[in-house]
Amino acid sequence: MEDNYIIEMLNITKVFPGIVANDNVTLRLKKGEIHALLGENGAGKSTLMSILFGLYQADSGEIRKNGKVVKINNPNDANALGIGMVHQHFKLVEIFTVLENIMLGDEPTKLGFLQRKQARERIMKFSQQYGLEVNLDALIEDISVGMQQRVEILKMLYRDNEILIFDEPTAVLTPQEIDDLMEIMREFARSGKSIIFITHKLNEIMAVADRCTVLRKGKCVGTVNIKDTTKEELSRMMVGRDVSFSVNKADANPGEVVLSVRNLSVPSSIHKTNAVRNVSFDVRAGEIVCIAGIDGNGQTELVYALTGLERPSGGTITLCGRDITRASIRNRSKTGMSHIPEDRQKHGLILDYTLEENLVLQRYWQPEFQNKGFIRFDAMRSYATRLIDQYDIRSGQGPVTIVRSMSGGNQQKAIVARELDKDHKLLVAVQPTRGLDVGAIEYIHRQLVSDRDAGKAVLIVSFELDEVMDISDRILVMYEGEIVGELDPKTTTVQELGLYMSGAKRSTVKEMSYA
Amino acid sequence: MHNESLSKKNVFHLKKITGSKAFSTFTAALLAILLGLVFGFIVMLIASPPNAVPGIFAVLTGGFRRIADVIYYATPIMMTGLAVGFAFKMGLFNIGASGQYTMGMFFAMYAGFFFNLPRGLHWIVCVAMGMLGGLLWGLIPGVFKALLNVNEVITSIMFNYIGMFLVDMWIQTTPGMYVADKARTAYLPASAQMPSLGIPNSGVNISIFIAIAIAILLFIVLSKTTFGYELKATGYNRHASTYAGMNGKRNIILTMAIAGALAGLGGAFAFLAPSSIPGSSVTYEPINVIAPNGFNGIAVALLGNSSPIGIIFSSVFISHIQRGGTQARLFGYEYEIIDVVISVIIYFSAFVMLMQEVAKKALRQLLDSLKRSFGKKGAEKASDAQPAAEIMAEPELSEVEKEGQK
Ligand SMILES: Nc1ncnc2c1ncn2[C@@H]1O[C@H](COP(=O)(O)OP(=O)(O)OP(=O)(O)O)[C@@H](O)[C@H]1O
Ligand SMILES: [Mg+2]
Repeated sequence: MEDNYIIEMLNITKVFPGIVANDNVTLRLKKGEIHALLGENGAGKSTLMSILFGLYQADSGEIRKNGKVVKINNPNDANALGIGMVHQHFKLVEIFTVLENIMLGDEPTKLGFLQRKQARERIMKFSQQYGLEVNLDALIEDISVGMQQRVEILKMLYRDNEILIFDEPTAVLTPQEIDDLMEIMREFARSGKSIIFITHKLNEIMAVADRCTVLRKGKCVGTVNIKDTTKEELSRMMVGRDVSFSVNKADANPGEVVLSVRNLSVPSSIHKTNAVRNVSFDVRAGEIVCIAGIDGNGQTELVYALTGLERPSGGTITLCGRDITRASIRNRSKTGMSHIPEDRQKHGLILDYTLEENLVLQRYWQPEFQNKGFIRFDAMRSYATRLIDQYDIRSGQGPVTIVRSMSGGNQQKAIVARELDKDHKLLVAVQPTRGLDVGAIEYIHRQLVSDRDAGKAVLIVSFELDEVMDISDRILVMYEGEIVGELDPKTTTVQELGLYMSGAKRSTVKEMSYA
Repeated sequence: MHNESLSKKNVFHLKKITGSKAFSTFTAALLAILLGLVFGFIVMLIASPPNAVPGIFAVLTGGFRRIADVIYYATPIMMTGLAVGFAFKMGLFNIGASGQYTMGMFFAMYAGFFFNLPRGLHWIVCVAMGMLGGLLWGLIPGVFKALLNVNEVITSIMFNYIGMFLVDMWIQTTPGMYVADKARTAYLPASAQMPSLGIPNSGVNISIFIAIAIAILLFIVLSKTTFGYELKATGYNRHASTYAGMNGKRNIILTMAIAGALAGLGGAFAFLAPSSIPGSSVTYEPINVIAPNGFNGIAVALLGNSSPIGIIFSSVFISHIQRGGTQARLFGYEYEIIDVVISVIIYFSAFVMLMQEVAKKALRQLLDSLKRSFGKKGAEKASDAQPAAEIMAEPELSEVEKEGQK
């Protein structure tokens, strides 16, 4: 039995300023298994895996491979031991092609010249074997997140890695892509590779994992066989209490129209066509409207236009009775718009600023936080402390933590806290619970509902059907840049929603009512 | 057991100090200087082996015998350094400090020659005019960048040339400014020269205090005001600053204008300096050369890590090396060789600063291999050394830590 373990991480401890990220954690990976790693945001999952991958050194504890103690000082060492990792935030060179990214660092050469053909053949072989479809000659910046992830996976295969670490691979994928990934992971396991899989989605763990190790606040709670456990038990182990997976909310009580969009068209950044075509809808005070759809059907561009990140090519946007079609972002914010952006690291945060500086990012100019142009640091501190407390944002050093060092989920919580707490009439939220643990999702969902109940208009873009069905009062389905249906979550089914999302079904009735 | 917990405590303490931002930047700067000196020494060795040791010694210590001059020459490059560093905080690479400096000089000199003002007021107006000239020359690339999205590097390089040729032409064609047979500008009236600090044989004057005051002012702007908050936010993440509704266009123009004004002041300070010989003044030769003080500003800013306070020190250091270099001539080094040595030291230091993380990694590997060669005997000590080595090590982590303590 014992010699079955391909990797053992024994009594690993890692201390960061102000926090013990891993406290005497032990994780044993069997050959050929899919081993899930579960834990709240900031529990230390990414840190533990970064230690295995050689990005960090443990303060104490040891790592064994096939029973032998090994020292992993850097990713090259990890690679030599057959360990590969797909990071929570990808690490690809945007301006290189897919092929170049996969070869990078392990290029076959002959007399100093790159042997592209050789590499290409090798990659194509893996690509076919596991059904990992990629376009080898496309630039990374032009391909979808899903494909970027396949590139990361091919990178590991190309290096003959046999121990594969996936850090929250499904957070950025669409449901269909998730199913594909699950199948690919099973295929890997069948061919003898061993997998560590980090996710917050318990369904995924139940579906593919053989065993699961649970961390809580840096400590190891235990390892369980998936066969012998349930979702409920897993979440109890992880959060320490029962978590409810569905949202309890009263019926919506919609009031006056807060956001009104008419005939909006938005150009696409990649193609010459419009990504959003002639879209009209309203969002009223006291209701949660979800925009459902498969990623890439114009949702991003629609939100960019609403929030001012991009200029629409036609149509009007009215917020609280004011035409804001061409208003500046600051003006929209003042008129009452809050925005939880899709890409938290690109738009939502200044990673090199502290947590408190980030928490006032939308408000630093208000009299509460500045006096004649001088920042009121005391006000900033006490405000940040309150939000950190209220939203349970976990970090090493509280308000002065550099956001870059925070765990992905806690970065997200910081944005949610900032946007919800800001004075607003409309909240535009894209994937507000992306990367959050079940406890945090429960909390954020409750916050969104209470925001609604406080008379705010809430517009959510989500790719997750469960979330859409659960939280919304009204669903708008987007397909190829158009709104193809308006559904009532109480009367519709996931199947019907799916038909609309895939373009198989559409109703034009509602659209016409706005004309 | 007891021992262990004690050592752990010490480690934390060490981590706190070495992890602080200022400390890590400071050590990096020292390391950079050290490596710069090594390479400078190598150049001297190649040029003239027997004289290399006394030569490098002269470079290092010569400045101490000329402290007033060190300060005098530090002032203009402090200003161009601030011009580069301030813009860099916003993510703008202001390579045009030379042009702004030259334009500032011209405006200041023009006011010096042709404004008839009382003593005590005249030089102040000249300084202000210099600031205005630089401001204009920074503003234009800023406007191009903000409104037309033209890369500021390209425009400011072009503006270095345009500025220099314009000024040289204006000077040569303005009667009363130029002494044709000496191919230099005329002597400025005494009222236009800045008050001297009264140190014999030196042009050192009150501009050093103005420069330091400006550096401190910039430090306050950057760290305490909403403008500084926006500026750094834009420098760190342009997309997020847009998302937060900051007025990027206005901030770019403002930042470039301020940077230009700073470099312009540098030009004014350099040429309004009092002369130790009565009746004369500092002069300018319009020989179609781009002012090197602008480029030195880039090195000053890099070595000072773009921090206004750091720039005060780095400018003095670079001036010190330059003054020392002139002393090395006593050991038979040609002027050109000394120029090469100084440039190697300055630019190599600046380059190493740029490569901070790489340098840290190298240092860590060194420590690691030392640790390994100590072997098992030093097991306890090694565990002590580990966290310290680590701070030097992990690029992501150390960045985080050094920022963490501001
Ligand atoms: N480089 C670092 N410097 C300082 N603290 C860090 C660093 N990396 C992580 N931490 C801290 O260690 C803790 C664990 O972070 P980690 O990223 O491992 O969490 P996680 O379990 O992956 O969470 P999530 O699910 O949100 O991604 C967090 O509190 C984080 O703030
Ligand atoms: Mg993580």
